[in-house]
Amino acid sequence: MKQIPDPASALHIRADELWIDESNLVYSANESDTYALEEALLLKEAHGGEVVVVTVGSARTTQMLKDALAKGAGRAIRVALEGDGDLDSNGMAHLLAAALREEAFDLILTGLQSDDAGHGQLGPMLAELLDLPHVTLVVATDIEAASIKVKQELEGGWFQNVTLTLPALLTIQSGINKPRYASLKGIMAMKSKKIRDVQPAGLGIDPQQLAPLQTVKRIYLPIKSKETVFLEGSPAEVAAQLVDKLTNEAKVL
Amino acid sequence: MGKIFILIQSEGDAIHRVSLEAINGARQLRDSGGHSLHAVLMGSHAPPAPLKGCDIDEILHLNHAQLDQYSPEHFIAAAEALIAQESPGLIIAGHTYQARDWLPRLAVRIGLPMISDCTGFESGGSLTWLRPIFQGKISAEVTTADGPVMVSFQAGTFRSDDLGTGAPAVRAIDLDLSGVVPKVLREPKFQEAKGTVDLSRAERIVSVGRGIGEQEHMKIVEELAAVLGAELGSSRPVVDYGWLDHDRQVGSSGQTVTPKLYLAIGISGAIQHQVGMKNSGCIVAINKDAHAPIFEVADYGIVADLHEIVPALIQALKGEQ
Ligand SMILES: Cc1cc2nc3c(=O)[nH]c(=O)nc-3n(C[C@H](O)[C@H](O)[C@H](O)COP(=O)(O)OP(=O)(O)OC[C@H]3O[C@@H](n4cnc5c(N)ncnc54)[C@H](O)[C@@H]3O)c2cc1C
Ligand SMILES: Nc1ncnc2c1ncn2[C@@H]1O[C@H](COP(=O)(O)O)[C@@H](O)[C@H]1O
Repeated sequence: MKQIPDPASALHIRADELWIDESNLVYSANESDTYALEEALLLKEAHGGEVVVVTVGSARTTQMLKDALAKGAGRAIRVALEGDGDLDSNGMAHLLAAALREEAFDLILTGLQSDDAGHGQLGPMLAELLDLPHVTLVVATDIEAASIKVKQELEGGWFQNVTLTLPALLTIQSGINKPRYASLKGIMAMKSKKIRDVQPAGLGIDPQQLAPLQTVKRIYLPIKSKETVFLEGSPAEVAAQLVDKLTNEAKVL
Repeated sequence: MGKIFILIQSEGDAIHRVSLEAINGARQLRDSGGHSLHAVLMGSHAPPAPLKGCDIDEILHLNHAQLDQYSPEHFIAAAEALIAQESPGLIIAGHTYQARDWLPRLAVRIGLPMISDCTGFESGGSLTWLRPIFQGKISAEVTTADGPVMVSFQAGTFRSDDLGTGAPAVRAIDLDLSGVVPKVLREPKFQEAKGTVDLSRAERIVSVGRGIGEQEHMKIVEELAAVLGAELGSSRPVVDYGWLDHDRQVGSSGQTVTPKLYLAIGISGAIQHQVGMKNSGCIVAINKDAHAPIFEVADYGIVADLHEIVPALIQALKGEQ
């Protein structure tokens, strides 16, 4: 799970134009990752096992991890990293793969895409490094003994059922389930659960593998391609203007 | 760069539209100086017509029956072997769902940077890639060290109709894929049973997004749709929450619509939504965030709280009647 600036917050570009200003931002779990967590919890409740939530991030991620533990994850692993902006997808994949190699797992779930950097790459990359079969954009799962059958979303309303042998990796699409809220009991139980901090240096990774292959040189507000006519005034005035424009200018009413 | 590869996603004779668009992006890159453009075609079918006559230099045909259906293991093995043999400087694809599935895996296997969902590039001096971050609210310029790069272009970035004219030679590439064991078993594709609404034929659509806040607020947009004689549409979260049926979802994993009037209410305008509605006749956006990407495609914009504007709009429309 990745913690990202809450999508509802106003973003400001930092003076060096290399990233956004991260002070005074509210952070939350990446949307598709919350669906991935819920799917893991549902699978555990149906088939037994343990849900381990894993993140790469700073101390700031404690809130997200505690929330996942309160919802029912058994324990949490945090690969401690101040500001993940220095790692690209490739580096992040090598780092997470190294941390996960120390664990025995049957299934790895990731979100399909982080809503800040938006690479949509980490899941398949992780699968490659851990030599696991994978499927992206999963909208339903069904475990059958040593394999898992999933429904993959394709473009334009098409789907495909896909079967993989376990262990496997799935990237989860939003809408697959209804993420729960933590219960009071869950919040009490969370207090005895562990967040284990792992130092990247202890994972025995060749530093070369973490060196970024791509670098953000500048960020900026998008340049508009269309001339939008902005309507201003009180709600009643704006509404009247719009009805007038749609009737007389655009001629669509 | 030297050789530029463009990976073509096709099914029989049909080439994915986003692949066609990416060909045009690749042509621009080639023409920026001294490079050659090679389309990589997977599968045992003959090269489809649009590819044979377009302005590319060569078609590299991976003529194998195992590549007729999508299989990540086979696609990756084939591309890996081809790249090792031909040493392209740039590997381009359209940012399709299939590309999302296998290209990151290929990239990490062969140790190349993969820049996904690009909306353009600047080729003066060192090559810079432009891509949206924060769901399109901000743009980023990305560079890589010298050496080969993999790139995918976002849907709609380039035109797909005019691919120039040419007579590319077809070179069949022979590969041994017999050792590849697929670990992912795919059944035939299917579509869900169609619901009762067909948004693609609607003349007016009132579309609602996460900005509506709560399910009980849905009734104000329902009323607006009724007053306008419009169908109700939505962005993905509204369907994910179960507030509307899936056949009302507009976007890359929902319907593509082209009504005369599209009213986007509390929708940020992420690319996956835009691809489904940006060719509508007249687009009106109501959003409290003046920087919301939906305004990039809107003809009329209202920067305000939808809970104030929508009721006022209902009043104004009722007054008209
Ligand atoms: C593979 C893939 C496929 C996808 N397919 C689709 C698809 O088919 N269709 C689709 O829509 N999305 C799709 N998405 C999701 C897409 O990326 C966005 O997450 C989604 O479109 C966002 O929906 P939204 O605009 O309603 O929500 P948000 O992005 O959360 O935007 C809500 C907006 O409401 C505004 N707002 C909030 N409160 C108010 C108020 N009181 N008054 C006015 N404005 C307000 C905010 O300023 C904000 O701009 C897909 C994503 C992926 C990765
Ligand atoms: N720092 C991180 N820690 C844990 N998981 C991550 C991190 N970054 C990305 N991921 C996972 O990888 C998915 C895809 O991310 P991305 O490739 O950045 O779009 C996310 O939805 C997360 O599940």
